[in-house]
Amino acid sequence: MNILIKNGHIIDPENSVDEKLDLLVADGKIAKLGKPGALSASGAEQIDAAGKLVVPGLIDMHVHLREPGFEYKETIATGTAAARTGGFTAVCCMPNTKPVNDCRSVTEFILAEAAKNGSARVYPVGAITKGSQGEELAEIGELRDAGCVGISDDGRPVMNAAMMRRALEYSTIFDLPVLSHCEDMSLAAKGVMNEGFVATELGLRGIPNAAEDVMVARDLALAELTGGRVHICHVSTAGAVRMIRAAKDRGVRVTAETCPHYFLLTDEAVRGYDTSAKMNPPLRTADDRAAVRQGLADGTIDVIVTDHAPHASDEKAVEFDAAPFGIVGLETSLGLSLKLVEERVLTLTDLVTRMSTAPGRIIGRGGTLSVGAAADITIIDPEMKWTVKAAEFRSKSRNTPFEGRELKGRAVRTIVGGVL
Amino acid sequence: MALSSKDLLGLKGMPADEIRLILDTAATFKDVSERDIKKVPTLRGKTVINLFYEASTRTRTSFELAGKRLSADVINISTSTSSAAKGETLLDTARNIEAMKSDIIIVRHSCSGAPHFLAGRLESSIINAGDGFHEHPTQALLDLFTLREKLGRLEGITVAIVGDILHSRVARSNIYGLIAMGARVRLCGPPTMMPAGIERTGAEVYRNMDEAIKGVQAVMMLRLQLERQAAGLFPGVREYARLYGMNRARLEAAGKGVIVMHPGPMNRGVEIASDVADNDSVILEQVTNGVAVRMAVMFLLSGGNKAEA
Repeated sequence: MNILIKNGHIIDPENSVDEKLDLLVADGKIAKLGKPGALSASGAEQIDAAGKLVVPGLIDMHVHLREPGFEYKETIATGTAAARTGGFTAVCCMPNTKPVNDCRSVTEFILAEAAKNGSARVYPVGAITKGSQGEELAEIGELRDAGCVGISDDGRPVMNAAMMRRALEYSTIFDLPVLSHCEDMSLAAKGVMNEGFVATELGLRGIPNAAEDVMVARDLALAELTGGRVHICHVSTAGAVRMIRAAKDRGVRVTAETCPHYFLLTDEAVRGYDTSAKMNPPLRTADDRAAVRQGLADGTIDVIVTDHAPHASDEKAVEFDAAPFGIVGLETSLGLSLKLVEERVLTLTDLVTRMSTAPGRIIGRGGTLSVGAAADITIIDPEMKWTVKAAEFRSKSRNTPFEGRELKGRAVRTIVGGVL
Repeated sequence: MALSSKDLLGLKGMPADEIRLILDTAATFKDVSERDIKKVPTLRGKTVINLFYEASTRTRTSFELAGKRLSADVINISTSTSSAAKGETLLDTARNIEAMKSDIIIVRHSCSGAPHFLAGRLESSIINAGDGFHEHPTQALLDLFTLREKLGRLEGITVAIVGDILHSRVARSNIYGLIAMGARVRLCGPPTMMPAGIERTGAEVYRNMDEAIKGVQAVMMLRLQLERQAAGLFPGVREYARLYGMNRARLEAAGKGVIVMHPGPMNRGVEIASDVADNDSVILEQVTNGVAVRMAVMFLLSGGNKAEA
């Protein structure tokens, strides 16, 4: 089926396109761009995108799909349905499933399930170490061959610096990025929220910024030593932003991501012991939030991800200490990120870069409207007002701190491989 | 007047006139415990549940006696006998208790916020009997009561709280309560046990105990959890006692007539020398007053007002 998207405002940072154009999709690929009315396509499905943004399909490179092993929280089918509703044509799924995605058979299962029941592309991230135990490297070559686009022990940081060094060295064979969850477990200890005055008042154990910062410092030093590609996950602290900026300035191969909650919320959101504001790393202070925004604005932080971490309602309806870390994000990320455009932190082009072009480059998949590329396209109505209602999520889980928030801007069409 | 909330979760944000109401009401209940027949019919027909997820002798007994002296039916549930061991959630346990028509549920829990969590989901009045490192409001109220009884006032006095502030719910509740009543608060302890940003409560932070207690009207010594040594928070009890333990020489240097308090249970010879505990403290009066204060809290949360007490 061919599709002609007419009169849309096309933003494709990869090709420096930022103007009103028509776009023709043929045979699942981007066929042609042209001035409005210039493209003829008899028999093509026509979409009037007047007043809409037409951008390369959004990519969320940090998602937990929970399958295999935790299907009561999310499945590949429900997670990708949520992704597509949120405007994402592709997601990278983290390996902390059960079993851990540390070998070909698990990767192949994920890809087969995605092909059969998925609504968006799924790019698995393999484990750095076997079982994410931090003791022996996983068979990274095989994971790459099976389809993994990066490696990570997300949620279980590689505490042994020598092991992380080897992972960064070894991954250079395949030029795979190493996605690092930066958390010093001895400093984070039993912490459940940001260390600071709010934690003091609530009587909750704190996680200091230093728990993130010392690991970011370590991983930057190791990337510098090895020439490996390190990607710093979910940046939440001013210190991490500062160190990544300095490392980029001296040419270290580092990229970084953050999530909407780190540029919109602070640890004040935990008051009332709201377990939907419990995530790892924790929500920090207003100073950190400002630094994360600055990092996004100046390009220190390359990517906006969600760290979509579904948990069943029963798991979150417990004492704050007992609740698992994590929130869902796929269906709110775009609307929340558009706030940065509204508040003039980012231009629209920056936003598309952070949510499509940059993650596409890092994982080597998508993020472009180049002629001949797969037709992964997100059409956004930037003016549409809507209210976050978790009960309406396509995700299986409802754990969001943004319930009831009024947002402006939403994906109205998410085209994956030329399929509406 | 009456209390504005159905629950007592903490003293943070509680207005001074509500604190005063509780203390005044406690004063009228105190003499009940001095009588030959230590019972009034005030809460007859009410059901009070002590739901304790953490070991406690003093606090649980105090609440139980307070309820019984008000003629309520009081049931004790402690972790060893509860469904927690069978994996039932806190919410399910509490809902089951409420289904048997409880009026007041007194909760002690090692997780901060557990009473808050139940208060938003149950009809019963929830009284926080100590949650994690968050608050222990009835302990602070009995401390305020004791101080007011001894000094005749709370406004303008200075109280030092010494020890492991980081892990202390007693300290937090006392900071809020004392400051609300117009007292000044000094906090003293090793920096490893001083919570981040605590000075934003209005309390002053000291590292040196002799300076912290100089010229104060009262000193509250906190219990040292000996297992904190393994986490590197202090090198050992010997050094701790030397730097942050109350002893006679220190007490005398602080000034005349300084009141020494401790929420118990004490580590004799660690945070407080036996000599001071036995001869110069008001520790047992605190315990006595605890019953009266808890009677007042249960009475007021049951819709009573001072005039009826």
